Amino acid sequence: MPSNQLTESGQLRHFLTIEGLKRPLLTEIMDRAEQFSGISHRQVKKVPLLRGKTIINLFFENSTRTRSTFELAAKRLSADVMNFNINTSATSKGESLLDTLHNLEAMHTDMFVVRHNQSGAAEFIAQHVAPHVSVINAGDGCHAHPTQAMLDMFTIRRHKQDFANLRVAIIGDILHSRVARSQIQALATLGVGEIRVIGPQTLLPRESQTLGVHVYHDMESGLEGVDVVITLRLQLERMQGALLPSAREYFRCYGLTEEKLKYAKPDAIVMHPGPINRGVEIASSVADGPQSVILEQVTHGIAIRMAVMSMALASQSEQAEIEE
Amino acid sequence: MKICILNGRVIDPASQLDIDHNIYIEDGKIVAIAEDLAGFDADIEIDAYNKIVCPGLVDLSARLREPGQEHTATIESETRAAVAGGITTLAVPPDTDPVIDNPAVVELIEDRAKKAGRTMVLTVGALTQKLNGELLAEMAALKAAGCVGVSNGVTEIKNTVVWRRALEYAATLDLTVFINAADPWLQKQGCVHEGTVSARLGLSGIPESAETIAVSRDLILIEQTGVRAHFHSLSTGKAVKLIREAQDRGLPVTADVSAHHLHLCEHDLGNYDSFSHVMPPLRGVRDREQLKQGLRDGVIQAVSSHHQPLDADAKLGPFAETTPGLSALETLLPLTLKLVEDDEISLHQAIASLTCQPAAILGIDAGQLKAGASADICIIDPDVQYDCLPSAFISAGKNSPFGGWLFQHQVSHTLFQGKVVYQREPN
Repeated sequence: MPSNQLTESGQLRHFLTIEGLKRPLLTEIMDRAEQFSGISHRQVKKVPLLRGKTIINLFFENSTRTRSTFELAAKRLSADVMNFNINTSATSKGESLLDTLHNLEAMHTDMFVVRHNQSGAAEFIAQHVAPHVSVINAGDGCHAHPTQAMLDMFTIRRHKQDFANLRVAIIGDILHSRVARSQIQALATLGVGEIRVIGPQTLLPRESQTLGVHVYHDMESGLEGVDVVITLRLQLERMQGALLPSAREYFRCYGLTEEKLKYAKPDAIVMHPGPINRGVEIASSVADGPQSVILEQVTHGIAIRMAVMSMALASQSEQAEIEE
Repeated sequence: MKICILNGRVIDPASQLDIDHNIYIEDGKIVAIAEDLAGFDADIEIDAYNKIVCPGLVDLSARLREPGQEHTATIESETRAAVAGGITTLAVPPDTDPVIDNPAVVELIEDRAKKAGRTMVLTVGALTQKLNGELLAEMAALKAAGCVGVSNGVTEIKNTVVWRRALEYAATLDLTVFINAADPWLQKQGCVHEGTVSARLGLSGIPESAETIAVSRDLILIEQTGVRAHFHSLSTGKAVKLIREAQDRGLPVTADVSAHHLHLCEHDLGNYDSFSHVMPPLRGVRDREQLKQGLRDGVIQAVSSHHQPLDADAKLGPFAETTPGLSALETLLPLTLKLVEDDEISLHQAIASLTCQPAAILGIDAGQLKAGASADICIIDPDVQYDCLPSAFISAGKNSPFGGWLFQHQVSHTLFQGKVVYQREPN
């Protein structure tokens, strides 16, 4: 079980995974994000909540969107932000992950936003930071990407009021997807009626059903009667591991086209965590079509990250007050 | 030097002996057992009242890290740990650096072990030169130098022609081949068992077929070549079934299981606990039960440590980047006897799987208590409640997932060739 992301009073201290978090906390994150989303429309897009706090974006893996939305979120909360992009090759200079971390910690950092290509890396870092430092997982290997999952839940909530009656289908490479794992946990925690995964056996984890999902191998039956369709990005290096023959064949079977989307409910929304491979997992006409909420997801990403950052740092100050 | 072990419960599975009696030792050998020796004037008397007195343990596979990785551990440090765990004979696999593929390395290890002087260290020679899986090692020379068998360590021989020839050549020399069965491609893609936990944690999985494919292939070639073979550290229930069928067909195959695979399963990975990163990986609950069944039925004859001491840094990092392996010499005995506490196997079975049965696999005259035999003896206190504390291990490797486990059986004395080489400090 995730060890230590909550304080003793149940507040968010780190945000590493959705697993183990209760529904009221997820709802609180979304409610908080709802308040913050107004700020982006103001003339002055800033609140002084985290003034004087230092946040480091520690990215061991390339990312543009996720990193910039985290950066913007921190800046809108008035925190000081630094970006560290560390190629995994930097560790080949002989500096271990822990050395890197402790060096940055010595700069009196209050929060690390971490992305790493290894599952469990965020948890590992959280176990080794000083007690006053928070860690937000911005994606660890194939394990978790909790802020992405929460912005997806936020987007779903904006369009569909009640989670309980929803049918949600996630299409594609579940096996390697940290986004899918976090989405499945968030959907389940929020009480979604039915969660489906659709993909070829090579891209689904063995024992998928233990994640609490129904497994489908074809789009027609998998999308039938679905309210929310989530397509995942297909990493093109998957062809190398003999998991798929070609992008063309993948599109033929699992690419979301207008025809296949018709199996879903007429008012179904289409989501994608980005960046999109047009013509691989989704047709342009669907990505840019009326049912797509893909760009909204990006916008919501800022509000969700503001919510999570402010909650984690607020729990810190509470902790500090208690100690004083 | 004369030693008398007084009033212990003497258990020797090889001779079906289980009596409360004294053991008399003189000049490194047992002189009398199960009979009184009047007028024996002992220099040392060991009170074994309420304790179990059994043969010193025989461990089929322990890595001591010397030669090659002396910064991690040494023969000196690890034999010290071995006797603290009651082990008086252990076999080292050939994957040292340099590899045990020539008599010089065998001699080096034997010399260092003799200098340490507290446990018998046997060597398993390489099947192929440098374990490269291409050219056969000089097995006759290795046998003459004292190797008790041959193996390619954890490096699979991919080329089936070479594999077949290696088995044939070993059969010619009447050498036992020790096998770590794993399909290299299926094994290398993952770091944990492919199952519910890998699905949840997003760690790449090793399917059970990595083991069953290799075992199946190997059994076919064993049947064809007639070689005597031993499978190390089985991890899946299906592999146990394959071995059972082969034994029923009359093939000369034996197998061992790591003590940790009898107690842990995939769920013990918890939240990326790198101490549970082992190879072969911890499998499902059902596999663990079938391994125990295999031990009960005698399909699996030995419980081994598969000791791999590591320095602290090796376990510090994101799970997949940490080094697999655990420090296991000091937990082999309490973990195996825990199965007796749990009514999984009998006390005799447990001791046999740690003494005479592995000795038979190695083809050596050890693991028995009899007049005239070398006095390699382990005395066990069967009723001490204590917490396993890896940081207090004598081994240079503190990497154990058993920290905090409650153990009941503890070694109180270890004798090697009639010398007390370990005596537990009073608590």
